[in-house]
Amino acid sequence: MKALFFIIIFVVLIVACWQFVKLLGLTKVDNQTATEKENNINGWLMLGLMGFIYGLMIYSMYGAKDVLLPRASASEEGYHIDNLFVMTMTLILVVQFIMQFLLFFFSFKYRGIDDRKAFFFADSHKLETIWTVIPTIVLSGLIIYGIWTWNNVMDSSDAKDPIFIELYGKQFQWDARYAGKDNQLGSANVRFIEGTNTMGVDMTDKNSADDIPLVVNEGKFVKELHVPKGRKVIFKIRSQDVLHSVFMPHFRAQMNAVPGMVTEIAFTPVVTTAEMRLNEDTKAKFEAINELRKEKGEEAVEFDYLILCNKICGSSHYNMQLKIVVDEEADFNKWLATQNTFAQIKNK
Amino acid sequence: MSDHHHKETFVTKYIFSQDHKMISKQYLITGIVMGCIGVFMSMLFRLQLAYPEQSFSIIEAFLGRAGEGGVMTPDMYLSLVTIHGTIMVFFVLTAALSGTFSNLLIPFQIGARDMASPFLNMLSYWLFFLSSVIMLLSLFIETGPANAGWTIYPPLSALPQAISGSGLGMTMWLVSMAIFIASSLMGALNYIVTVLNLRTIGMKMTRLPLTIWAFFVTAIIGVVSFPVLLSAALLLIMDRSFGTSFFLSDIYIAGEVLHYKGGSPVLFEHLFWFLGHPEVYIVILPAMGIVSEVLATNSRKPIFGYRAMIISIIAIAFLSTIVWGHHMFVTGMNPFLGSVFTFTTLLIAIPSAVKAFNWITTIWKGNLRMNPAMLYSIGFVSTFITGGLTGLILGDSAIDINVHDTYFVVAHFHLVMGVSAIFGMFAGVYHWFPKMYGKMMNKDLGYLHFWLTAISAYGVFFPMHFIGLAGLPRRYYNNTAFPIFDDLLHINKVMTIFAIIGGLAQIIFLANFFFSIYKGKRAPKNPWHANTLEWTTEVDHIHGNWAGEIPAVHRWPYDYSKIDENGDLWGGQDFTPQTVPIRDGEEEF
Repeated sequence: MKALFFIIIFVVLIVACWQFVKLLGLTKVDNQTATEKENNINGWLMLGLMGFIYGLMIYSMYGAKDVLLPRASASEEGYHIDNLFVMTMTLILVVQFIMQFLLFFFSFKYRGIDDRKAFFFADSHKLETIWTVIPTIVLSGLIIYGIWTWNNVMDSSDAKDPIFIELYGKQFQWDARYAGKDNQLGSANVRFIEGTNTMGVDMTDKNSADDIPLVVNEGKFVKELHVPKGRKVIFKIRSQDVLHSVFMPHFRAQMNAVPGMVTEIAFTPVVTTAEMRLNEDTKAKFEAINELRKEKGEEAVEFDYLILCNKICGSSHYNMQLKIVVDEEADFNKWLATQNTFAQIKNK
Repeated sequence: MSDHHHKETFVTKYIFSQDHKMISKQYLITGIVMGCIGVFMSMLFRLQLAYPEQSFSIIEAFLGRAGEGGVMTPDMYLSLVTIHGTIMVFFVLTAALSGTFSNLLIPFQIGARDMASPFLNMLSYWLFFLSSVIMLLSLFIETGPANAGWTIYPPLSALPQAISGSGLGMTMWLVSMAIFIASSLMGALNYIVTVLNLRTIGMKMTRLPLTIWAFFVTAIIGVVSFPVLLSAALLLIMDRSFGTSFFLSDIYIAGEVLHYKGGSPVLFEHLFWFLGHPEVYIVILPAMGIVSEVLATNSRKPIFGYRAMIISIIAIAFLSTIVWGHHMFVTGMNPFLGSVFTFTTLLIAIPSAVKAFNWITTIWKGNLRMNPAMLYSIGFVSTFITGGLTGLILGDSAIDINVHDTYFVVAHFHLVMGVSAIFGMFAGVYHWFPKMYGKMMNKDLGYLHFWLTAISAYGVFFPMHFIGLAGLPRRYYNNTAFPIFDDLLHINKVMTIFAIIGGLAQIIFLANFFFSIYKGKRAPKNPWHANTLEWTTEVDHIHGNWAGEIPAVHRWPYDYSKIDENGDLWGGQDFTPQTVPIRDGEEEF
């Protein structure tokens, strides 16, 4: 019934709107196209809209600088991506400023006057050539640089001494498995899932025994994925049920988890969690966040790297996360040594 | 033709009409109703995003059990975004935009008495109507409407165990879309045949208004790509109901291993985006055509670079069919394909840039009549530039990695195809309302409507880029699970306030539209002093459009403000309709 009430309000608003116009309409001279006065007002308003858009751009960029991701990429590959991003963004901003200016300034300048003649100007090969050739040149540059960066980021075949980690998505959590001493992940399929073998690892595969599953440590509520600084990490990604997407924005890395197939993304972490917490951008962002949390009576938080799910996967898609900790290599090795391999778990 | 048609009853005139003008109106009204529902859904989920966990009686009133206590459930949130996307992309911007203006303008502007097949045309509308009804009915079922996102990627959309909306809701979604595609194909084939065969004497392809070129090419893309979505939908139905494994493999859900083996969800993504990307141009090309026409008419200048505009429409259409992979850079597709699709995708920027420059040059040194249609056209060019430019980031595989599926994408496509296409549609409605209903719309309401809409569109979608750059993924029910997004809440509030202003502003349009139909001032025959053929028909619609002979065409449609050798306007007026023969000493453009 309440829905009906809202619909009635909606209709009443429509009627009120029209009545209002009828009142105004009585005093107006009818003219089919816009009058000189209307051209004038709307012409000025066009300049106003330009001001609004410019203002919004500047204000958003200024206001957003504290909410964005830390400017420093946490991975080596991220630097290439960031360079390309900054270059493209700069180009976009310049073109945006110029094009919007031309559009709105012309709309204002040539607003109609009753006895002015428009300039009959139907074609110009020279102009057409100019604005076909210039975008072509600029885009060629972007395409070449873009493809170069892409190949650089996606190709991890020449990595020296990489570490392999499997990420395993399911509704609604991330599990992980380290390749262990032999640095080879044992094969797996959801058909092997049974009891404590929740990731469906093939235990008969000789590479499986030394694999280290990431489990929640006793007495600790947060599951943490540790990775070493300065060593290439190659993630092998699987899914148990539906599409998920491993999204690690601080490392500029994202790849879907697809049931029935193993996907891959790799990067070399270059900033440890401890170092990133001291980063100026991070500090400013988290001060602001903790200020807000204090007002709401929530406890303060510290910066952490995260995996988010970035492909719609069900009701709790919005809360499917895993904390990543980047350690110095020595600390990482120490941590890994405290974790149990499948063989050790079995023998316990 | 008009003198010997049989008498029409209420049913044949207003319901099962085969007249292109009536069908066009039917499409528009259905589109407006669907648009209201789609926009209203967005208001509801914008409330949820800006005020998570706060109670709103409007949410409880409309969502019932899924909005108990005034807070919507996560499943309902996903349903709302899914159905909002489906309705806006397919039902409003594809069917209503193309359906309204292709039907109205193709026969009028090429000089035909009706569509090549009026019956097919009627069938096309009623299938569209049927599919709309099925889609809306799915809102009322027990397990809720489809909620796997409008892209309905399996396995989520295939398994009711994965999400409740993938039960009956998804079945209805698929049935509705299958009927929708049939409707859209019938419409498109009709448009193509009509444009090719029924042009009046003298109406060469190079004398067609750009609107017709846009509708024509749109129809071709539709015919090429929609069947692929139909096949994807059919295969998905097979997987869901008949145990096949086209898209599914190795799935363990709800405590058991499913039998599916050997399929791939990536295959579905390929099939979906083989339609999905051309779909973007199916949406935007008609708007571009409308805007080109309105800008030229109201600038009192020829459209700049008529031939370049046609070539760029064709180039965009061609490229649009070979770029679908840019939606799939991070799906696990072979990285080599990523390079290929980056290359083809960024090429689209060239014809798009040409069009933007040509529109701006059309305005340059014009004598602009700032009526509502013109304002919306200028607004279109502005949002198309703003939204289009960020495509350079999303189309570039390397930098797409970190913004893929974030709000940056949402901001991009809402500006470049959502807002722009809606602006094009509004421009069309304000411009051709006199032709559709024989009445004038109120200008003052039109101005108010434009300014509120334009400001709020930018207010909603511009800040949205930045929450995307902050790493916020789309389709998140709320952001409170991640403290790193706590500081985005105030931006979400600003966006929601603008969204509500923009939504309410549409009430002005509705009031203006419906009351002008009945109470508007009677329109003159050619209110905008335009050149195209539709303005040579009578104000009151008659069967067959022209009482006598169909007029012959002697020139292109853009002879505005043409001057003779003395520098005076030809014929003493600033427009020369297409029906005026070339005068002595005049050069045809």
